[in-house]
Amino acid sequence: MEFYRNHILVCTGEPCVLKGALEVESILLTELQKQGLENEIRVIRTGCLGPCNVAPVLVVYPEGIYYSGVKPGDVQEIVAEHLVKGRPVTRLVGTDVEKRVDVVYQVPQILTGQERVVLRNCGIINPDEIVEYIGRGGYEALGKALIHLKPEEVIEEVKSSGLRGRGGAAFPTGLKWSFTASGEEKYLICNADEGEPGTFKDRLILEGDPHAVLEGMAIAGYAVGAEHGFIYIRGEYTLSIERVQRAIDQARKLGLLGKNIFDSGFSFDVEIRVGAGAYICGEELALIESIEGKRGEPRYKPPYPGQTGLWGKPTVVNNVETLANVPHIIEQGAEWYKSIGTPGSPGTKVFTLTGNIKNEGLIEVPMGITLREIIYQLGGGIPDGHSFKMAQTGGTAGGCLPPEMLDVPMDYDELAKVGSALGSGALLIMDDRHCIVDLLKCFMRFFNHESCGKCTPCREGTPRLLELIEKIMDGTAVKADLDLMAKLAENMEISSLCGLGQSSPKPVLTLLEYYQHEFLAHIEDKKCPAGVCKKLQVKGVV
Amino acid sequence: MVTKVVEKFRTMKTPLLSILKELQKDQGYLTEEVLKEVAKELGLSPARVYGVATFYSLFSVTPKGKYIIRVCESAPCYINGTMNILEMLQDELKVDVGETTLDGLFTLELTSCLGVCGVAPAIMVNEEVYGNLDREKLSHLLSRCRGM
Ligand SMILES: Cc1cc2nc3c(=O)[nH]c(=O)nc-3n(C[C@H](O)[C@H](O)[C@H](O)COP(=O)(O)O)c2cc1C
Ligand code: FES
Repeated sequence: MEFYRNHILVCTGEPCVLKGALEVESILLTELQKQGLENEIRVIRTGCLGPCNVAPVLVVYPEGIYYSGVKPGDVQEIVAEHLVKGRPVTRLVGTDVEKRVDVVYQVPQILTGQERVVLRNCGIINPDEIVEYIGRGGYEALGKALIHLKPEEVIEEVKSSGLRGRGGAAFPTGLKWSFTASGEEKYLICNADEGEPGTFKDRLILEGDPHAVLEGMAIAGYAVGAEHGFIYIRGEYTLSIERVQRAIDQARKLGLLGKNIFDSGFSFDVEIRVGAGAYICGEELALIESIEGKRGEPRYKPPYPGQTGLWGKPTVVNNVETLANVPHIIEQGAEWYKSIGTPGSPGTKVFTLTGNIKNEGLIEVPMGITLREIIYQLGGGIPDGHSFKMAQTGGTAGGCLPPEMLDVPMDYDELAKVGSALGSGALLIMDDRHCIVDLLKCFMRFFNHESCGKCTPCREGTPRLLELIEKIMDGTAVKADLDLMAKLAENMEISSLCGLGQSSPKPVLTLLEYYQHEFLAHIEDKKCPAGVCKKLQVKGVV
Repeated sequence: MVTKVVEKFRTMKTPLLSILKELQKDQGYLTEEVLKEVAKELGLSPARVYGVATFYSLFSVTPKGKYIIRVCESAPCYINGTMNILEMLQDELKVDVGETTLDGLFTLELTSCLGVCGVAPAIMVNEEVYGNLDREKLSHLLSRCRGM
């Protein structure tokens, strides 16, 4: 292996690329060459480093100095001062960033007592180089599984780790695999359709560490006895598609995918399928329909995919993050995994912070951390002196929580108790400038647009809810309309065909419960307390 | 054309979506003739192919502008100012959502979350995503598309 005196990581996550990271990189390479440093200093492209609000980001190792908001014009100075003379350009070192990256990536002991699991390699290795993944212990878990463990033992390990699906439904992964373990031809699908608003963790995992997902898929395939894997990536994720394809090609070349892996007799290969823009295709049976070349409409359950899935064969569908956890569980064992998080929700969770929060971006923390810790410690609080009004957990299909509930632990069961969900790990934070009813309209427009139309409660229920919300905003609603909304939402929850119509009522019901006063202000006083609804008065103004 | 694309995906099982995606690159939308031909090549009914082409938001069966601007209207972007972006675009382009400019250059659409919410508000122009938008960046982007 060649020796380099410095490594410079250039974040090439989408936000950084959008802000010119590639231009910065190319100038960096030219400058290094000009100084004759190209054999001493290595430039590595990495996936998202997290602090996207100060993109583009460069990190110089071994010092671990983070430069943020680097412009093409800054590069020469960084090279001349830092890399030639060893004096970091303090003007560009993001103090804020440094702290944050620390918190995010070397999760401090006090906070967690653990280190990051799923994002372990993201931002550290070059995702386009399989050797870097292998250099960090990659594909060892696959080797261990294929050589030392029987498929049943793999399932047993995952079962006892308590890993639950990270795609939203939180179903125990080991149990799901055990349902699919018998029978002949089978398929394994990695769900990378990631359409839940506010969620972009799967994209960053795929862009930052695609091999972790492929390794997880191969282990899952071995456990259930599937030789064919599919990864269904949403069409908008062009960079993810590129990186995963490159990763597949490299793994095939080294025999880590393909026939007779590690001489174990087990064969497994992965094919990418690209979505074409439909939120509903994240639902597992709609996704299967889509791979089958049809409209992405969910099927009736049962039969579940584990019995009759893709092309009629038993099929396991797992989320990207779920699968990325698997190699770690196999390598370090179920006991280790269970020592992180809470008894009901073991392990870590990747959250994406969006909305009115200082540090937008992604974090990985142990389950059980409170909403308050996430918002105020890792998230840096609410910007511009505003105050916190509401947090929606689990994406647009999740519940909305008021300030009184900030101490709820991020745990599947605890969140369910307060009418919300952990879902995909999206966290939307809203400050006091926004109106609850106006936001609910935004949620409902989303469901109205994305409802596939197959079942009546969802197809007819969503536009009716939208109408009622618009009435409230117009000042033409009466108090009984709130009861009507709640009743309609409850009916949709119990009678819709798939998770879309079953979970879209969640924001409606939680907002009606926790922010009733704000709805009533609109209806009875004809006032919008936040001053957002244009047809109503602002509170306090006559 | 159709035959060639279908041939390219011959080894793939149920390749309809991939085929349509590839074919759409040609004219920016899928014509009735193309859909009928695909149906014939794959031995599917035209209704089935048309049903698929109209289900997914990245497929279109009507002509669109050279640049399709999709403005994300999901909650994280909405909170960060989607409406301002949309108004600016409507002002600049003098079209409403769903319409195409007279010069055939731009089509304005709304979209659900693009998965880049860390840089909200975001839009997608053809296959490229742009984030952290404000008036300045937006007009810069439009002039670039206009070739100015
Ligand atoms: C409307 C809807 C959208 C969904 N979108 C996704 C998605 O984008 N990604 C995902 O992994 N799961 C999604 N799911 C959940 C899947 O149906 C399925 O439960 C999941 O992929 C299983 O994987 P897991 O057990 O590893 O979480 C969605 C469900 C519904 C109802
Ligand atoms: S909400 Fe706009 S990109 Fe996610």
